[in-house]
Amino acid sequence: MHLAVEQEPVPECQYNQICTRNSSPAEGSLARKGAHRRKWQVFQGRNKFYCNGRIMMARQSGVFYLTLVLILMTSGLFFTFDCPFLASNLSPAVPVVGGVLFFFVMGMLFRASFSDPGVLPRATPDEAADLERQIDTATCPSGPGYRTPPRTREVQINGQTVKLKYCFTCKIFRPPRTSHCSLCDNCVERFDHHCPWVGNCVGRRNYRYFYLFIVSLSCLTLFIFSFVVTHVILRSNRTGFLSALKDSPARYPFSVVVCFFSVWSIVGLSGFHTYLISSNQTTNEDIKGAWSSKRGKDNYNPYSYGSILTNCCAALCGPLPPSLIDRRGLIQSDDPQPLSHSNGTSLYTPTPLYSHMCDQDQCIQSTKFVLQAAATPLLHADPVVLAPLSGKTSMGGGGPCSYLSPSQPSLPPSSSTTTPSLGCTGDMVMLKDAETRCRHHHHHHLHHFAGPEDTPPPPPSPPSAPPPPPSSPPPPPPCPAHGHSHHTGAPSQVYDLASQDSLHDSSVRGLVKLSTV
Amino acid sequence: MTPPPLTPTNHRKVQLSHITTHSLQDLRQQAAVAAKVFIQRDYTNGTVCQFQTKFPSELETRIDKQQFEETVRTLNNLYAEAEKLGGQSYLEGCLACLTAYTVFLCMETHYEKVLKKIAKYIQEQNDKIYAPRGLLLTDPIERGLRVIEVTLFEDRSLGR
Repeated sequence: MHLAVEQEPVPECQYNQICTRNSSPAEGSLARKGAHRRKWQVFQGRNKFYCNGRIMMARQSGVFYLTLVLILMTSGLFFTFDCPFLASNLSPAVPVVGGVLFFFVMGMLFRASFSDPGVLPRATPDEAADLERQIDTATCPSGPGYRTPPRTREVQINGQTVKLKYCFTCKIFRPPRTSHCSLCDNCVERFDHHCPWVGNCVGRRNYRYFYLFIVSLSCLTLFIFSFVVTHVILRSNRTGFLSALKDSPARYPFSVVVCFFSVWSIVGLSGFHTYLISSNQTTNEDIKGAWSSKRGKDNYNPYSYGSILTNCCAALCGPLPPSLIDRRGLIQSDDPQPLSHSNGTSLYTPTPLYSHMCDQDQCIQSTKFVLQAAATPLLHADPVVLAPLSGKTSMGGGGPCSYLSPSQPSLPPSSSTTTPSLGCTGDMVMLKDAETRCRHHHHHHLHHFAGPEDTPPPPPSPPSAPPPPPSSPPPPPPCPAHGHSHHTGAPSQVYDLASQDSLHDSSVRGLVKLSTV
Repeated sequence: MTPPPLTPTNHRKVQLSHITTHSLQDLRQQAAVAAKVFIQRDYTNGTVCQFQTKFPSELETRIDKQQFEETVRTLNNLYAEAEKLGGQSYLEGCLACLTAYTVFLCMETHYEKVLKKIAKYIQEQNDKIYAPRGLLLTDPIERGLRVIEVTLFEDRSLGR
């Protein structure tokens, strides 16, 4: 259908128009339909991409280079100094086996470091809005208490109750065994841990490479260690111990020390992960004791296949799922982009995101300031109100907008619960908006937060929609989020607060920064 | 049942019907009024990719319940086939491990093959069944295997 392909539904249109600062460079590129941009360039996690999106790593990869250096140096020294002697005096198989092991180790290291660990892409605006609507309609209004609905879902998996948590950054309910990595700012499937030595998260897609890397590295380390010792012994049989050491004295401390410590730590780690694989647990679950019998008599791991062999086979030889983020895909002009930092155009076709890492950083920093500032007065007032902010909220222009559009305009009852937010969120980014209604909202919300000790104010009436009956309370979650955004709307009131608390200074700075993003 | 083209009159009509909720934005162009229904994942069997077969109420007027459930069930079966642990997947895994995973440079994984099958199936379902009813299924892989997105296109002639 011609219409279907080219035109976007209205909710999408709203997002783009409200949440964006139309910047001319982005628009200029969009005029060419952004056909040459790849998805990795607008990826929202804190990852680094190389080779045009083929390689994906965490942001801080310094320790990874250290790992590389250690392995290369130790192996290099072994092949240069020990192998000639051992090849001639012991067997030529020694350097061959060593070489094969070395290449296997490097291969596995690169695969573990450079591949996508199983990152879940963030929700599109429509999905997030739909989820919000479900959450809002599912919770019964409990009077003036403004109790925040718990954002969890319970699922029965093989007889065990598993709680699925809502991720505020990715705007999804996390599948089982998925966790949000704070370093990479992504939800990762079957999240094991974030490994600095490998410079990446270890998750569903690269766990077997990680495991094979540490196993083969322990083999290599043991191999090198044992043959260096053999070399020294063989030499000292001929010439005496001290003269054997004198041949190349400098390297022995290095090689031996590195190998010795590596053996214990890496072999230990391999053993630990072998245990995890055989019981089909992740490091995350093991550390939290999620399936330990200490939690309850009936607590068992619902994901285990029952036998150790099946668990091992499943982890190491099971089917390899493809990457869900499609980092090398070209951005189509009608692709719905995930929420945060979405930049729109005059058209309703959603646009590629223009955020670069620095913009993201600004947003993240500014958000942190805002949250810190907001947390201080709110902590005295109503702890429940903080609940939606406890997670990572990406408020860089896109966060509150999730409350915006009812995906079905033909459903007034549900949309009325979200329309109060309609007026507010637009101002998140459009700070100089001339809409009087929005400023009205500003003051309304600021009153709400300026006097936390007062009795809770009456629910703010939505500016545009037919006002809901007075008895229906507004959805609490949007209000705190919007309340923060309104600090910039009435600077005089913000500075009243700011004068009391230095955090508010930072929040103002943060919000000013946000407005420039 | 394709919606009529966007004329200025239609455009204005639709604008007016939404003016109360969307007056904040500058409505430059109005898209075809549409809604989206999301079929969420079903985790009762663990982390395997399965979708809920519960028939959403918004589609009641559009499509036969049996038809829709059949589509979702077929998709579930295809995903189960992709993630199945069996002789073939073990063989592929062992071979890949022995070649240090370089074998995937020349051949694609079983999962990828099944994903192509799924894409073809969805395309075919859209062409035959859903598009004539003003619906469109989006391949879940484009949504990170989180949801099956069903886009509903409103019939403009009904004046909604």
